[in-house]
Amino acid sequence: MIVVVDYGAGNLRSVVNALESLGRGVSIADSPEPLRQATAIVLPGVGAFSDGMEGLRKRDLVEPLTEAVMGRRVPYLGICLGLQFLAREGLENGRHEGLGWLPGVVRRIEPPDARFKVPHIGWNDVQIRRRGVLLEGVEDPAVFYFLHGYHLDPGDADDAVTSTCFHGVTMAATLEHDNIFAAQFHPEKSQHAGLQLLENFLKAAGA
Amino acid sequence: MLKKRLVPVLVLRDGAVVRSVNFKHTNVIHWRPLTAVDFFNKWAVDEIVVLDVSRTKDERQKFYEVVERLSRKCFVPMTVGGWVDSTEEVRALLRLGADKVVLNTEAVRRPALISECAVAFGSQCIVVSIDVVGAKNAARVHIDRGAEATTLAPVDWARRAQTLGAGEIFLTSIDREGTGTGYDLALVRAVVDAVGVPVIAFGGAFEWQHLVDGILAGAAAVAAANVFHFTEHSTKKAKEFMRAAGVDVR
Repeated sequence: MIVVVDYGAGNLRSVVNALESLGRGVSIADSPEPLRQATAIVLPGVGAFSDGMEGLRKRDLVEPLTEAVMGRRVPYLGICLGLQFLAREGLENGRHEGLGWLPGVVRRIEPPDARFKVPHIGWNDVQIRRRGVLLEGVEDPAVFYFLHGYHLDPGDADDAVTSTCFHGVTMAATLEHDNIFAAQFHPEKSQHAGLQLLENFLKAAGA
Repeated sequence: MLKKRLVPVLVLRDGAVVRSVNFKHTNVIHWRPLTAVDFFNKWAVDEIVVLDVSRTKDERQKFYEVVERLSRKCFVPMTVGGWVDSTEEVRALLRLGADKVVLNTEAVRRPALISECAVAFGSQCIVVSIDVVGAKNAARVHIDRGAEATTLAPVDWARRAQTLGAGEIFLTSIDREGTGTGYDLALVRAVVDAVGVPVIAFGGAFEWQHLVDGILAGAAAVAAANVFHFTEHSTKKAKEFMRAAGVDVR
């Protein structure tokens, strides 16, 4: 069962629409029970890191997610906030704990040059380091839609970064580590390339 | 590198797409916003902005229905606005499928709304729309769809909106809107130079050169309403022109 996690942060609808347009049925979970049957988990999210993590905590989702992803090794796709939550902590509006499944810190995007406006909003090229699962069949460079003011500084997890984007600073665009997959951009809003990425994840998850 | 964006704007009144000139909304163009969005999906636009200018809040329910239906078919990012006056409203629109939400009048009346929304939803979801009447030093922010003048200068208000947490500025020259004479480029440049967030230029574009000029004035995105509804295959042609002029578009 493909589970899309609903923790009150932003636009669930687009992700569900995209997955359904690929011919998959999805379950939406805002409580722990559906996660126990999940064979693939998608965590989307646009919003503030702290507010999002609080949304997960309030719904008692943190332990069940960790058990599913780090325990049972259920394939996980994090989108935007769903990538940032992987970190140990986020520095938006203070210091907040993330899920801590990978090392790394979420920091504000700070370009050295005023020509680069923040938040990073719009379509940007993504430079592929290695194809992995997500980027199979995607052009190089591919163009995806980004919408974020903070980015994951991977620290010791740098090996997990499979592609990057540049906006004054070079930032992680996709990550892959074991059963964990994540994109900083929005595949559900990135038309063909984005749908290809989602299909790649679903296939790898056997979903 | 981050591309410059081409953004069609759908102005809706009571669920139908209308034509707008100097903020006086005149004839209905399409009864069905879905038709417009269908075209845009095929013609590689970068984002869509949908603004509700219904005269009463009762016509709002129709707008929610439209937003929900549009989000099912809209595979590019969608920014939604008009009458947004609370965090609950923002949350509701995001859940219906909006990627970004626009604040305008209420943000001026109660600036704390911007920070409340930025803290709850993240700055990247919050666009502050600034409508301007007058040029250069006489330029002033107007609210309530142009009905009420304020003493705010656009650059000052844009800076303050950014400090409060706006992630983008949607900048409209009411004087230029619907006239087809191009953006107020001095206004665009002044606001772009004053803030560190992206600025979307709106109001007055009707020729492809106007879009290029908007980019050269520093806009991260160029938006237009009427032109995209009246010219066939227009967004594709607009991008071809922009590309030929050296603008990095998708």
